[in-house]
Amino acid sequence: MIEKNGVATAAMSRKEFPEEEKMLERPKAIIECYKEIPCNPCETSCPFDAITIGADINVRPQIDFEACTGCAICVYNCPGLAITVRQKIADKAILKIPYEFLPRPKKDGRVNVVNRAGEVITEGKVLKVLDNMKTNKTALIHVEIDADHLYDAMTIEVLYGS
Amino acid sequence: MRSKDAVVIGAGPAGLRAAKSLLEAGASVCLIDRNRKLGGQLIKQTHMFFGSEKQYASKRGIDILEILVDELRPFGDRLEVLNETSVVGLYRDKVLACVRHDRYFKIKARTIIVATGASEKSLPFENNDLPGVYAAGAVQTLMNEYGVKPGDRVLMVGSGNIGLIVSYQLLQAGVKVVALVEAAREISGYLVHASKIKRLGIDIMTQTSIKKAIGKEAVESVEIWSLNDLWEGVPGTEKTLAVDTVCISVGLAPLTELLMQIGADVKYVRELGGNVPVIDYRYQTSVPGLYACGDVCGIEEASSAMVEGSITGINAAIDMGYTFPDSRRKIKDLRDELKFLRSGPHAGKIRTGYAKLGVLS
Repeated sequence: MIEKNGVATAAMSRKEFPEEEKMLERPKAIIECYKEIPCNPCETSCPFDAITIGADINVRPQIDFEACTGCAICVYNCPGLAITVRQKIADKAILKIPYEFLPRPKKDGRVNVVNRAGEVITEGKVLKVLDNMKTNKTALIHVEIDADHLYDAMTIEVLYGS
Repeated sequence: MRSKDAVVIGAGPAGLRAAKSLLEAGASVCLIDRNRKLGGQLIKQTHMFFGSEKQYASKRGIDILEILVDELRPFGDRLEVLNETSVVGLYRDKVLACVRHDRYFKIKARTIIVATGASEKSLPFENNDLPGVYAAGAVQTLMNEYGVKPGDRVLMVGSGNIGLIVSYQLLQAGVKVVALVEAAREISGYLVHASKIKRLGIDIMTQTSIKKAIGKEAVESVEIWSLNDLWEGVPGTEKTLAVDTVCISVGLAPLTELLMQIGADVKYVRELGGNVPVIDYRYQTSVPGLYACGDVCGIEEASSAMVEGSITGINAAIDMGYTFPDSRRKIKDLRDELKFLRSGPHAGKIRTGYAKLGVLS
């Protein structure tokens, strides 16, 4: 239960995806902001007006998947690092995630991919690392994974300590 | 004796914004802070802030600090900044006794704004005085301000936003966070922060607390145990964790000592974090010309502290006879910002607290 352990159940997270998986043939932002908090940078950073919160900034964001282009600007602007972009291309999925650790992963490198509970579920290949003035210290990592993990992949493994 | 229109005590988000409003109105201001660098807690807040664009949402605390300090530069010599200065006395005739670099001096003010913030609460448990037991904010200062790694294996106690954020920042510093324990039934901070550390491998255990720290010269391990619904430890549920650092993040208490010294009315309001000044809706205390804003009035977020500081500075300037351009509309807009910051489910304590205090937020 997310209020006790921080893990959204599969049923909870599934609701944040488009109903039709076909929609994910193009990249779409998946917003996992499950509780009202006073925050709206996803809405104000979106160049396509695809995300709506409104005057009361406590309202949970609503996304219009038709308008979302998967550009991922909201991904590195979200203070809660709660947004990922996902796309399904044949038997592969592409995940765009926010990443705030050093060292950054390298293009073409292999990384472990973890789920919402922090368990390693698969390996991924880094396609791109965007790390510039605009992303402002929250790098945007594009990772290619097996399409089986389109819904449960959440971030790449961070090796800390030992 | 130095003489100023206004003295602002504390250069965190509330104090910096109060100083700005006063300066914009034309007042002379002395801004006092006991630290070397201005900005209060912003100096170590490397994470992106929540809120809306008006409170610099999505910017990092350390970058907001630069914005707030830069805003004061145009006012030149009407602003005097005294860093590394402690206010050690506050008197009814608006005289402040200060100590800077072992020198004692006094300042006379027409108006005083107390924006002293808060300090971290402690937690009673066996051996809580062993080296290696820290307040979470202290660990954040060590890491993010001074670049010092506090330890290698950490137990975090408390799941408020500070506990969750500092856990994440410990991971960023390459420190292993062995577990995060929370006495309550549910995580108390923002779930997005909790999810963020959980997926990076930190176990979050609710209804669990630290029983004791173990070690000779310093922390070598800890015992944690489950709590029942009465928040009592359940014998037989003890687990030992090998850690060298314990971070206590169990809330903050407003720093009201100066307000008590000058004789301003204070009231104990649990939801606001402890003793808080009795302020009116204009942030004036029971002592005319003495105002308070920010966390000293109740534990909240930096975003609301900034807004409160702006409102307080405008009110204090007007009370001294200065005019502030379009002040009515400005204050109304700022109050609306506060209203939205405080209207969500996480702001229940603040709403209850201010209601008990008789102040409409």
